[in-house]
Amino acid sequence: MWLWFHKLGSPPHVYRIAGKITPWFGWIGGILIAAGVFGGLVLAPADYQQGEGFRILYVHAPSAWMSLFTYVVMAVAATIGLIWRMKVAYSVAASCAPIGAAFTAVALVTGSLWGKKMWGTWWEWDARLTSELILLFLYFGYMALRAAYDDQQRADRASAVLAMVGVVNIPIIHYSVVWWNTLHQPASVTKMAAPSIAPAMLVPLILMFFGFNIVFGALLFTRVRGEVLLRERGADWIRELLGKS
Amino acid sequence: MNVRDFLAMGGYAAYVWPSYAFTALVFTWMVLSARKAHRDALAAARKRFARARSGS
Repeated sequence: MWLWFHKLGSPPHVYRIAGKITPWFGWIGGILIAAGVFGGLVLAPADYQQGEGFRILYVHAPSAWMSLFTYVVMAVAATIGLIWRMKVAYSVAASCAPIGAAFTAVALVTGSLWGKKMWGTWWEWDARLTSELILLFLYFGYMALRAAYDDQQRADRASAVLAMVGVVNIPIIHYSVVWWNTLHQPASVTKMAAPSIAPAMLVPLILMFFGFNIVFGALLFTRVRGEVLLRERGADWIRELLGKS
Repeated sequence: MNVRDFLAMGGYAAYVWPSYAFTALVFTWMVLSARKAHRDALAAARKRFARARSGS
C-alpha cells in the first residue's frame, strides 16, 4: 500500500505510466462515445412525451455528471496535496480545472437548448441551474487564483483551499432537484430499484457515461504529464527522457 | 427512416443538432488543448536543457 502510494508520488513514474495508458483510454472512450451517439441518435426510439428532443439528454446528462465528478477529483487531489505535500496531487488538481469547466459549459449550453424547447425558456434562476452556474465560476475562480501567483507553492495551497471550500456546492447541485421545487426534472437513471427508461434508450446513455469518464481519464493524464514536466523542470529524469527521444 | 426525417429530428432539429455540435466542439477543444499543454511543456524542457548545455 505504501509502496503504491510512494510510486504515485514519484513524478517520473507517473509521467511514464500516464503516457502508456493514455492512448488506451482515449481510444476506448472514443469508441464508447461513438457507439453511444449512434445509439442515442439513431437506434433509440423517440420519447413519448418529449419526442426527438430527449436525444439532447445523451450529451447533457453525462456532461453534467462529469462536471460534478471532475470537481470532486480536483478537490480530493488538492486536499491530498495539502495534507501530504504531494506535488503530483497538485498537478492532478490543476489539470482537472479546465476539463471540468469545459464539461460544465457543455452541461449548461445543452441544458439551455433543452430548456428552451421543453420549458420555453433559455434560462431560469432555479436551484439546479444556478448552482451549476456557480460551479462554472468555481472552476474559473480556481484557475484565476492559480494564475495570480508567481510562486507555485502558494498557488497550489491557495487554490487547494478554494477547491475544498467549493465542495459544498456539489451536494447542493445534486440534491437541488429534491430540496427545492425546481423546473429541472429529477434523475431517472439513478433510481436503482427500477430505472424508469426503456433499455433501447438506457444502453446508449450508459455507453455515453462510461465513454465520457474514460475520455476524461485520457485528457487528465495528458494534462498531468504536462504539469509534471513543468514542475520538475531541470530534473535529471527529464533530461534522460529528452535524450532518448 | 430516410435522411431528411432524421435531420428534421421530429421538429427538434434546431435544439438537438446545436447540442451535439457544441458538445463536439468542446470535446475537440479539450483534446487539442490537453495535447498542446503537454507538447508545450516538452518544448519548454527541451529549450531549458539546450540553454543549459550551451551555457556551460
